[in-house]
Amino acid sequence: MFVNRGIYFTAAAMVLLAGTAVKADERYKPVMDQVVAKECGACHMAFQPQMLPKKSWQKIMDGLPNHFGEDASLDAKTVRHITAYHLKNAADSSWLGGKFMRGLSKTSAPLRITETPYWVREHNEEVPGRAWKDPKVKSKANCIACHKRANSGDYDDD
Amino acid sequence: MSLFRTVSARRLIIFALASGWVVLSMSPASASQLQKNIAGYASEAKARDKTFEAFSADRGRILFSSRPATGKPDTPSCTSCHTSSPTGVGQTRAGKEIAPLALSKTPDRYTNIKKVEKWFRRNCNSVLGRVCTALEKGDFLTFMIAQ
Repeated sequence: MFVNRGIYFTAAAMVLLAGTAVKADERYKPVMDQVVAKECGACHMAFQPQMLPKKSWQKIMDGLPNHFGEDASLDAKTVRHITAYHLKNAADSSWLGGKFMRGLSKTSAPLRITETPYWVREHNEEVPGRAWKDPKVKSKANCIACHKRANSGDYDDD
Repeated sequence: MSLFRTVSARRLIIFALASGWVVLSMSPASASQLQKNIAGYASEAKARDKTFEAFSADRGRILFSSRPATGKPDTPSCTSCHTSSPTGVGQTRAGKEIAPLALSKTPDRYTNIKKVEKWFRRNCNSVLGRVCTALEKGDFLTFMIAQ
């Protein structure tokens, strides 16, 4: 029967896809927008928008004059541009939902990627406490200290 | 040449060469842009205070090295991120490197006035808890240009 064949094919495809997912698990679309890359990347790595939900990005972009303890204010036009890019590419921007939505309720809007349940789980399992105290790391926001290709969206090096 | 014989003329030439040294070592376009930016701050400072004469690298140094701690708690001074030396490679609180503020180390600095204004706005607010005056900005740039 064609229907049965279709089911088998779908099942086989899913197994194959799951296989690739295990191998290349931590890949994110790199920041393609030049304004976002430049402005967000001035003080820290330009984090991929897929790492927080829309609500989070909106809050962050609304609060730039007090951005994690510093004034990171920008002119209104640039704020609108960066916000639009982040909302379009946020963790909850597609029907599937990004990995960073795991364990997050629909209403929660963490301000730090490092506060999402997914990030916490991934790092608690593998990163020893002393690594965070290394002066070269300095901050949990410094992804590149360990993930050398983080800028291109590749966190597969752990 | 009689011009070089008088002491005052010789001094004048040495002074002109010394003060022009940093600016001359830059590309002509960025050097003139930098001078324009400083001139802009000078006319602003003059408009605010008629007794204003010139910017002072010394006042700029004091501003850079001071620890006002009147802004945001994580950034009590310029030196919190930029190190205590203008030629030092700084580090943001997020761990990213900051190119030295000294013009001799980072020659493309201070030419884009929009960028200069953006960072004075942000950093004066973060460190001092207020905007900087044109006098402070001019003094700061004058100090960094001489480094």
